[in-house]
Amino acid sequence: MIEITDVSKWYGTFQVLTQCSTHVGKGEVVVVCGPSGSGKSTLIKCVNGLEPFQKGEIRVDGISVSDAKTDLPKLRARIGMVFQNFELFPHMTVMQNLTLAQIKVLGRKQEAAHAKGIALLDRVGLKSQADKHPGNLSGGQQQRVAIARALCMDPIAMLFDEPTSALDPEMINEVLDVMVQLAQEGMTMMCVTHEMGFARRVAHRVIFMDEGSIVEDATKDDFFGKPRSERAQQFLSKILHH
Amino acid sequence: MFSNFDYGVIERNWHYLFFDGMAFTLRLTLLAMTGGVVFGTLLAMMRLSSIKPLAWIAGAYVNVLRSIPLVLVIFWFYFLVPYIGAWVLHSNTPVRVGAFASSLLTFAMFEACYYCEIMRAGIQSIPRGQVAAGYAMGLNYWQTMGHIVLPQAFRNMVPILLTQTIILYQDVSLVYVLSITDFVGAASKVADRDGRLVEMYTFVALIYFVSCFALSMLVRKLQARIAVVR
Repeated sequence: MIEITDVSKWYGTFQVLTQCSTHVGKGEVVVVCGPSGSGKSTLIKCVNGLEPFQKGEIRVDGISVSDAKTDLPKLRARIGMVFQNFELFPHMTVMQNLTLAQIKVLGRKQEAAHAKGIALLDRVGLKSQADKHPGNLSGGQQQRVAIARALCMDPIAMLFDEPTSALDPEMINEVLDVMVQLAQEGMTMMCVTHEMGFARRVAHRVIFMDEGSIVEDATKDDFFGKPRSERAQQFLSKILHH
Repeated sequence: MFSNFDYGVIERNWHYLFFDGMAFTLRLTLLAMTGGVVFGTLLAMMRLSSIKPLAWIAGAYVNVLRSIPLVLVIFWFYFLVPYIGAWVLHSNTPVRVGAFASSLLTFAMFEACYYCEIMRAGIQSIPRGQVAAGYAMGLNYWQTMGHIVLPQAFRNMVPILLTQTIILYQDVSLVYVLSITDFVGAASKVADRDGRLVEMYTFVALIYFVSCFALSMLVRKLQARIAVVR
């Protein structure tokens, strides 16, 4: 579904990504972890072309992201993305957040978009909040709305960029529960996250990044059982033992 | 000093002063504001564009126009537009442009420079993540701007945009160089005819002060309300 081949990226002379290669199969859940500044958020933003890259290739459903001939908005509409800071549109109600792209990008009718929005809000347990503005919701609720907003577009894959990092601890689980459910339903997911519990429960593979490179790309059991690189071992021991 | 004031001159001419003079001033202010905000927003989008020539052209336009006194721009524009029009339309005779149309165009284009800088700050005040979220959902540049960035930028900047409009409202009095009868023009005509210069100009100043002060109080109230909403 997502194929990343030899992707390198520079900010000026500073190299942020070095020959990253991996893939996410259909229905597969891949967790990307690593210390901050390791390039994991940059890599996931390259997947839907939010960040340009200078070398290599990324294909989503066979379509190249960096090809100038690719209709990028059309491709992006098929890939859901959830951000660290939710990025709901504060001047719109929850329902308007959910229907905007359905109407403007997919060309759905207002009623159809609204029905879809209600169905997905119900799914994340926030049906009663449809007419509120995002500012009146808690962080956990906002992030669940953001997930529902992405799902409204019937995406073929979902990208999560540290979806729980900006949340208070007591709200992390309500978001993770939605993500676990999504994973169990067979959604193709690429998640940048530090939530190793989530990785243990639903991930098929774990990618460990450090200094812009993919250091470890292993199945979940291999990664948690016996990570090959010393760097990944250190990282795991630090985040698992407290 | 006020003992030989003839207040009657105001009473006798108030209809002319307000329904001819002030009505014109307000009409020109509101129309120029609308044109200026629209054009200024486009300029701001150009200045922030990643397409360098666009950014350069908009930057040059803003910087050049802001370094010329407004009176000169009004004057030049009034005399140049007929010739520019003739050149554009390949006509041999200068195109007749009314004083109103000419001054409206001038003010809209001149104020656009200031509205541009305000909207530029407004657009830059919107977190980059909002733009990323728009693009990630498949919206294109114009949709992201139109539905996500500009509504928020506009809302954040309403108090400053209105403050700029108060300045525009005062600047409109400069149309006297084209012998157009705005509020000040109407008052000066009455003043000259009746020989009541002190009364009329004091009255004009008073009206400007009261209306501008009231408007800026309103803007301050609005500012407080917007701050609460956010």
